[in-house]
Amino acid sequence: MNTLKIIKIRVCTTDAKDIKTITFTHPGSVQPGQFYMIWIPGVDEIPMSISTINEETKGITFRKVGEATTALATLKPGDLIGVRGPYGRGFTLSGKHVLFVGGGTGIAMLAPAVEQAKKQGIDATVVIGVKNKTELFFDKRIKDTGANVFISTDDGSFGQKGLATDIAMDLLKKNTYSSVLTCGPEPMMKKLLDLCKNIPFQASLERYMKCSIGICGQCCIGRGLRVCKEGPVFDGKTLQNIEDFGNYRRDASGKKIQF
Amino acid sequence: MYHHQVRFIITNSFSSPHQPSPAMAVHPPHPSSTKQQPFFHNETQPKENIFITTHPISFFGVPLVNLNTRISNLELSNPTMLASGIMDEDAGSIQRIIDLGAGAIVTKSIGLIPREGYPNPTIVELEYGLLNAMGLPNPGIDHYGKELQQITKSKTPIIGSIYGSNASEFVTLGKKMEEYGVKAIELNLSCPHAKGYGLEIGSDPNLMQEIIKGVKNSVSIPVFVKLSPNVTSITDLAQAAEKAGADAIVAINTVKAMKIDPEIRMPVLANKTGGYSGKAIKPIGVRCVYDIAKNVQIPIIGVGGITTASDTLEYIMAGACAVQIGTAFYSEGLEVFRTICTDLESWMKHHHVKTLTDLIGVAHQ
Repeated sequence: MNTLKIIKIRVCTTDAKDIKTITFTHPGSVQPGQFYMIWIPGVDEIPMSISTINEETKGITFRKVGEATTALATLKPGDLIGVRGPYGRGFTLSGKHVLFVGGGTGIAMLAPAVEQAKKQGIDATVVIGVKNKTELFFDKRIKDTGANVFISTDDGSFGQKGLATDIAMDLLKKNTYSSVLTCGPEPMMKKLLDLCKNIPFQASLERYMKCSIGICGQCCIGRGLRVCKEGPVFDGKTLQNIEDFGNYRRDASGKKIQF
Repeated sequence: MYHHQVRFIITNSFSSPHQPSPAMAVHPPHPSSTKQQPFFHNETQPKENIFITTHPISFFGVPLVNLNTRISNLELSNPTMLASGIMDEDAGSIQRIIDLGAGAIVTKSIGLIPREGYPNPTIVELEYGLLNAMGLPNPGIDHYGKELQQITKSKTPIIGSIYGSNASEFVTLGKKMEEYGVKAIELNLSCPHAKGYGLEIGSDPNLMQEIIKGVKNSVSIPVFVKLSPNVTSITDLAQAAEKAGADAIVAINTVKAMKIDPEIRMPVLANKTGGYSGKAIKPIGVRCVYDIAKNVQIPIIGVGGITTASDTLEYIMAGACAVQIGTAFYSEGLEVFRTICTDLESWMKHHHVKTLTDLIGVAHQ
């Protein structure tokens, strides 16, 4: 049982335009890819993937997009938030050389996975795709691990102009990878899965979550797979059999909506 | 001893009405298995003390104990039903619970139009149970119908739970549920946290009777009524439901409750109050079922904190013919339906009970 803990924020940093990281004390082991439920009292409680993992402290990184993240962005060190978790299944890191592909804020949860991979002696190549230069974050942090880093921007304001999947396609043609790990917009991950037919693949999914403990069914995909429990990281074989992957998500009422 | 254990596993594997739990293979026969065990036990006692296998459960494929039960005209292969609101938002998750061995499925409570439910936090994990105020989120009957039609041909009966603010809404929903192929309807007259719905209308016996009569006159499938313990007399409501023509009573819904966080100095749930479920409310549910059973003739489905076979037996002995499981799906995991059934079979064998339904209401004797 991961009961709710009320925790003081230690550090708040701005990583890029509208992108912030909040760090707090939360001892215990966490797998890269797992998530917390973060309660902003009086506002909302939202799932947040864990972006920094130290023994005593953990961090979450988010883009100011809705009411909850906007409220979260105004918080200062010393303010209280509720934290429950970690929940879900994270990435399995193995093999000789892993290709990581992160799109947008997806890079936040890939960063600790790259760090963990390097610690385990796994070679890492990382593709980061963002819309433009102002949205780029964690590129230096990831480079500092010794990983090969490729960056794409939609408008060409930094790195290669185009999509992360363009770079990934090129890399997959030229090199051999033991597996491909990804987090980002689902249509991007779906495209990547199509490119990785014979390579072990893991993708981290995002769904509207309510309970996060596997009981309410809100985040279910396919044959009752709970993104909060069996996910958020799923392997390619599982995802190939899920019609919704890359196509549909469900809103708060449970109604299907196209991506 | 070794003999008995092996025989149990082999015979059970091709004869049980549901798939046996592989966990059974690791239940060691207890040395005191020949002694009559006390029925009541606490969590610190190993369950092997009570659920021991000393005899085969089937003989040449014919089950020697029978978990079948019946609610109105519904035949269930075992008494464990999925409670409303648990993992039942779409066809895929319903199919998964069927595959996990549930005897019947109750859908999420469905209304006329899509409803988002309350903002988060909608759930709080507490020491002895869960507190929730989901706020009846659902995609609305028309969208949900598309999910249902993929699944209602299943052998496992699917029961459509519906909520509305008046009799005519319930009637419309009931008719649509029947069209989509559900085998029975459960009227949610007991949700403790949805304004204008559930308990707010279910605690008025006249309005409740009007709703039951309306739905009964409009559908040909059985109509169950789910009641709340948050009333002066659940028995009075059960009697009123029976008089109005209900085919079964479902008791109990969650207990209205609150959690305040001392550091934040405010209730944790966005809705402030919610419904408490899980182990802590089991004695409340058992008492309600017992009292209702004394006063009505129609079948009762017991719900509230059922986690083990022993809990199931308590409800059945109080007068329930089946049980619904919700919070235990979280606390015990995916195998809860199979574990309860396997342990029920073991208990029945040990106590020489061949038919589960023989135990209904025995606590009243």
